Amino acid sequence: MGIDSDGLNPAICSHHKQLSRRTLLRASGLGSLSWLSPVAELLAGQPEVESPRSKPRSMIVLWLAGGPSQLETFDPHPDSSIAGGTRAIQTNVPGIQVASGLEQIAEQMDDISLVRSMISREGDHERATYQVKTGFRPDPTVVHPSLGAVICHEISNRSFAIPSHVSILSSQWPARGGYLGDDWDAFVIYDPKQEIPDVQTPVSVSRQETRMKNLEFVERHFARHRIKDLESKKTRHQATMRKALEMMHSDLLTAFDLGAVPQRELGEFGDTPFGRGCLVAAQLIEVGVRCVEVTLGGWDSHINNHGIQSDRVAILDPAFAALLRRLKSRDLLKDTVVLCGGEFGRTPSINPAGGRDHWPHGFSVALAGGGFRGGKVIGATDPEGSKAVEQPIQVADLHATILNVLGIDFSRKVQTPVGRPVRLSPGKVIGDLITTLS
Amino acid sequence: MRIRQVSFIAILTVLLAALLTGVLLYDNRLPRPHQFVLRSENHDDLFGVIRKVDQQFLESWELRGLEPSGVASDLTIVRRMSLALTGTIPSLQEIRFLEQQVEGDPVQWWLSRLFEDRRYADYVAERLARGFVGIEQGPFIKYRRRLFLTWLSDQLIGNVPYDELAQQLISAQGNWMDNPAVNFCTVTIAENDDQEGPDEKRLAARVSRSFLGLRIDCVQCHDDFMGGHWKQQDFHQLASFFSGTELSLSGLQDREHVYEFQYHGAEAARVVPSGVPFQQALLPDEGTPRFRLARWVTHPENRAFSRAVVNKVWALLLGRPLVDPVDEIPLEGPYPPALELLASDLVEHDYNLQRLIRVIAASRVFRMDSQGRVDQPIPSEQHEKHWAVFPVIRLRPEQVAGSLIQASSLKTINAQSHVVMRIVKFIVQNEFLKRYGDKGEEEFNLENGTVPQRLLMMNGELVRNKTSNNLIFDISSRIALLASDNEKAVEAVYLSILTRRPVPDEHRYFVSLLSESPEKREEIIQDLCWVLFNTTEFSWNH
Repeated sequence: MGIDSDGLNPAICSHHKQLSRRTLLRASGLGSLSWLSPVAELLAGQPEVESPRSKPRSMIVLWLAGGPSQLETFDPHPDSSIAGGTRAIQTNVPGIQVASGLEQIAEQMDDISLVRSMISREGDHERATYQVKTGFRPDPTVVHPSLGAVICHEISNRSFAIPSHVSILSSQWPARGGYLGDDWDAFVIYDPKQEIPDVQTPVSVSRQETRMKNLEFVERHFARHRIKDLESKKTRHQATMRKALEMMHSDLLTAFDLGAVPQRELGEFGDTPFGRGCLVAAQLIEVGVRCVEVTLGGWDSHINNHGIQSDRVAILDPAFAALLRRLKSRDLLKDTVVLCGGEFGRTPSINPAGGRDHWPHGFSVALAGGGFRGGKVIGATDPEGSKAVEQPIQVADLHATILNVLGIDFSRKVQTPVGRPVRLSPGKVIGDLITTLS
Repeated sequence: MRIRQVSFIAILTVLLAALLTGVLLYDNRLPRPHQFVLRSENHDDLFGVIRKVDQQFLESWELRGLEPSGVASDLTIVRRMSLALTGTIPSLQEIRFLEQQVEGDPVQWWLSRLFEDRRYADYVAERLARGFVGIEQGPFIKYRRRLFLTWLSDQLIGNVPYDELAQQLISAQGNWMDNPAVNFCTVTIAENDDQEGPDEKRLAARVSRSFLGLRIDCVQCHDDFMGGHWKQQDFHQLASFFSGTELSLSGLQDREHVYEFQYHGAEAARVVPSGVPFQQALLPDEGTPRFRLARWVTHPENRAFSRAVVNKVWALLLGRPLVDPVDEIPLEGPYPPALELLASDLVEHDYNLQRLIRVIAASRVFRMDSQGRVDQPIPSEQHEKHWAVFPVIRLRPEQVAGSLIQASSLKTINAQSHVVMRIVKFIVQNEFLKRYGDKGEEEFNLENGTVPQRLLMMNGELVRNKTSNNLIFDISSRIALLASDNEKAVEAVYLSILTRRPVPDEHRYFVSLLSESPEKREEIIQDLCWVLFNTTEFSWNH
């Protein structure tokens, strides 16, 4: 794979050329078509202007799918019978150790807090993922929105041309809008090396214009004599189509593209899909996307625990660390909450296949960013491997804390479609973790 | 290039060509169903109940001063039925076949065909299963969704009475692989939880919502304080029926067990005996707890049960239930037109699901046009709310996917189709659904579509493949190839994708586009296909 003279890697330079939206529209003569909404025209002219916020306004979730072992990541017990040979290393915060393999994260521990005493009652991947992503256990009466969807619903700009809620590399159970509506489902993309799915039109601009004109013609027939305000009050099909076209032509789409990123920086994040995903997450936050989830799967080490965990850690470490450094260097770490964790941990005892099984009785998450103290550890698990934890923290408490830090009233009730009001989070704030209580 | 390479490529080409030819020429002629001719002399009581249903709606419209719309075309009605019962639209092949039928009501004839089609049983099984076992994958060792679906599909093809089906689900015993009905219970077993066996609370919730149309589970944690009369006790006494259900080596069994629960505000847990929340006299004295519960649920006098299934089947067919939400029907009326009538008819005819579907499909409401009459004012929201015009309802993701795939095939893709077609359909549909989104358990959600869905339909791979130069899977190429003139080509595209003929304006317009640029024939047909795939009409039921 050759590198060109700018240090850019053409292999991952997207086909999506760096044309401004205005240029594209003018070239195609589409700029004056009636279907383009006034809001879209406005967006073409102005970048998103926001009033200054004292609280963080974005979130990045590094989702470790499959159940990362706390003993091989953030909660090592190196000198105990449950260590299985895993060593620990010092971090730049005296008294805090992490597992060997997390050397780069160890150098940033003064920006990171660890909660080592997360507990839940879900040991099944799907149900536990639901619980950690939404803060609620699965419930037959209602589908809860993920944390990202709640945040976007509460504080994002609804006329933003690209999705406010994005999920990168999720293969199963990506973050979704639940009872808030599928408008708040995360927009799913895969390895950023590939083109963003579904935003490129396969035909020429003039042919696309003809198609749209003919579509309008057929739509007029459909609307005839059907119920009043069919489009504006009910289907909103054409309105949604206009928003989709807006997105296709938005300059903001370049935030998904790694073509302009120097090779050196790509290398810092790691030449992996997850590393690239973290880099794109940073770019998206920089242009105003509210919530991004980046998934690193493959942690479910029922066999060969140490081999699998160290493999995954080798991918996680550079990406997580580089992400924090990048956010810091652009003065965005204070405006962004970064959460890293999975649906549960792994058993302290090692099974006959050299693996660890599911363990929701004391697992770890890492938190960084605005509103959170760095270099703090909450809770502790038993070095002998029992279920006893110090300062157990419910998943709901984690959610309440994050919402609080973002300035969202987590105790507020929302009316769900079943007629039942539900709090945004039933948890309480973990006071020790945050810098200010509000 | 070496001779060996050339030979290899030549052999490969021949093999591929053979495969392509096989797929294209594969004979999947449509089988003739048993004749079902709806004549009054041999289906008097069917006609009777249809007339009564229509009468009740007529009275309702008169009361509200609503003028009902006219009758929809046969093709429109057939499209609705196919979407509701098979999750896809009729193929061009099926439409041609339908239009050749002269005897009897084409709509009832179509229904007879559907009831014998495995696609009906598979699709309706999936829809019902969402209420019975949810969509989660569940505990892998003790639950097999696929087996459960196959079993449920078999029950539907055999038209097993619905009360028997419900009884089996609630009270089945044994191994979940040998007796798939058991999966109704085993899906609720949580991995790594302290509790062994199925979760009685989740089962009580499922039984009350799915079979009784009651949301008693809302009072799991506290009494109803929103105007309803359910108490926490009602829920937990229902849960108590399942508390002795355990999974042992021989499968699901019922043991003696004392269920204890600490009510909200109470100081300690106490024993909760099993009990039903209403019509206690219908509960039999003998039998295991689940057996007794099953008999109570399906008792002919338990109106909640018969209303719940009528409401669910109505919603399946029309896209919206009679009582909304579908699983929350008050125990006492007043009820909307037809609900009680259809519930009584169902009980009188041994919970025959196919009969219920026939009655609804023959009703004036189901055949109503979603367009108002030309000589009448435009229909209002009130017209739609009270069924005086057919409701325009967004299609579910799998219906859009199924329609997209079928529309581009010309021939019907069913159990008789070439295995390559079926495999491709399965894979392609799943990929599409991953991006389009799945509604999950929330069955009848009337939201409008999302931007990613529109992007997928405008630019996604599936639509792109269906409107490009690909002879196997691309409708536009085949129509361009097969249709002899422009008029027939435009008609074929409309029939394949929208299940209707173009109106004169549309026909004229697109035919003239083709005549003006004969050198761009294929491109224009491709564009027409793209346009129709992206209309509101394609993605909505109407």
